[in-house]
Amino acid sequence: MSVHTSTETETVARVLGEATSRHFGGPATIDALSRQSGGASRQTWSFDAVVGGERHALILRRDPPAQGKTARERAVAIDRATEFRVLRAAHDAGVRAPEPLFELTPQDGLGEAYVMRRVGGIAIARKLLRDPPYEAARGKIAGQLGEILARIHATDPATLPHLPRREAADHIAELRRSLDALGQPQPVFELALTWLDRRKPAPLERPVLVHGDYRTGNYLVDETGVTTILDWELAHLGDPVEDLGWLCVKSWRFGAIDRPAGGFGSREELWAAYEQAGGGEVDPARAHWWEVFGTAHWGIICLNQAWKHLSGSIRSMEHASIGRRAVETEVDLLQLLKQGG
Amino acid sequence: MAQDRPTAAELLTAIADFLREEATPALDRSEPRLGFQMRVAVNSLAILEREVRLGPAADAREQARLVGLLGRDAPLDELNRELAHQLRSGERDETDAALMAHLEATISDKIAIANPKWR
Repeated sequence: MSVHTSTETETVARVLGEATSRHFGGPATIDALSRQSGGASRQTWSFDAVVGGERHALILRRDPPAQGKTARERAVAIDRATEFRVLRAAHDAGVRAPEPLFELTPQDGLGEAYVMRRVGGIAIARKLLRDPPYEAARGKIAGQLGEILARIHATDPATLPHLPRREAADHIAELRRSLDALGQPQPVFELALTWLDRRKPAPLERPVLVHGDYRTGNYLVDETGVTTILDWELAHLGDPVEDLGWLCVKSWRFGAIDRPAGGFGSREELWAAYEQAGGGEVDPARAHWWEVFGTAHWGIICLNQAWKHLSGSIRSMEHASIGRRAVETEVDLLQLLKQGG
Repeated sequence: MAQDRPTAAELLTAIADFLREEATPALDRSEPRLGFQMRVAVNSLAILEREVRLGPAADAREQARLVGLLGRDAPLDELNRELAHQLRSGERDETDAALMAHLEATISDKIAIANPKWR
């Protein structure tokens, strides 16, 4: 699991001291440095930089140089430099996204890495759905997610770096390749992918910036509601309804199954807020298609997570156990297909 | 040769109970990150306990249904491979009532092992 040694922390602190000093144009002291997320290959570190008496709350996003990514991660996730430019474009367009500050250089030796401002709030669904401090926020989240998403999709493509274009047909082909690579026959996922293939929406003439992982767990919330949208590494160009469908996948409701919009509201509430904020009109059949797709997608991601352990690329009980969650999406897929579409 | 009791399911339950009731609270106090990992482990042991108890009969039912559906007998994995192939090619789809009854039953047995609370 964790390779979080004191040596690694010391190295990161020293490099951050040099890099933040360069960026702010004065000697910076690094304080309260701590590793946030568990992944070995995609790290998030939180720290403060004190420059000329002013304290900056910051985040380091980092892919260490020596860590192997799986072929699938390389195929679907953008690199850190591209992520930095997507954040810059989205933030400049008024999206509630973290403000990216500067990139580290290869000479810094931390791998692909950049620094952004830290925003307050928590992402833990269990707390957001049940704890008293978020009582008032809970009623607002579905609408806010609709508004923010409309802004993401309105980002001017000319301000974006080169991003992969991914349409329905590309997604289906990718999931079938995944199933083939895993090697275990999966009748329910095959059924769902054929259903999806036969009904797939036509590509848009003008694809938009799709966040790609817009769901509960990937945004921060404080007492006032959603503060910022995180985890942009699956950003691509495509169908805006993809993000609306993914947000409504049952796995992100964390038990609040009667509130499809991330566990916080109805689909209609989400779509109304999206349309009112300037997003296009949402076709319910198209949204249903993307929700079915998202459900199959998450199920196959679960199988892939287990495969990372089984193939030896990451030794992790947690990854192994996620494989047994795939069946949850098989239950959901059979329910969704019964609803037609 | 039969092993003495506890059965595999009984032993798994005893281990899970110990880890949940005694080891996890101690870890939560000293190493919260490991406390989380321990919950994952306890949950996985509960899956194994249900699999040991319910898995063999579920596999036999799945096999019998597949033999009926595909009209031939073969190992479970081979039959599932054939079915998966038919579903990818579109030879069978959700309009096939016998197919859907089989998948519903199979997934119902699978979730009863992996996560009976899922709905």
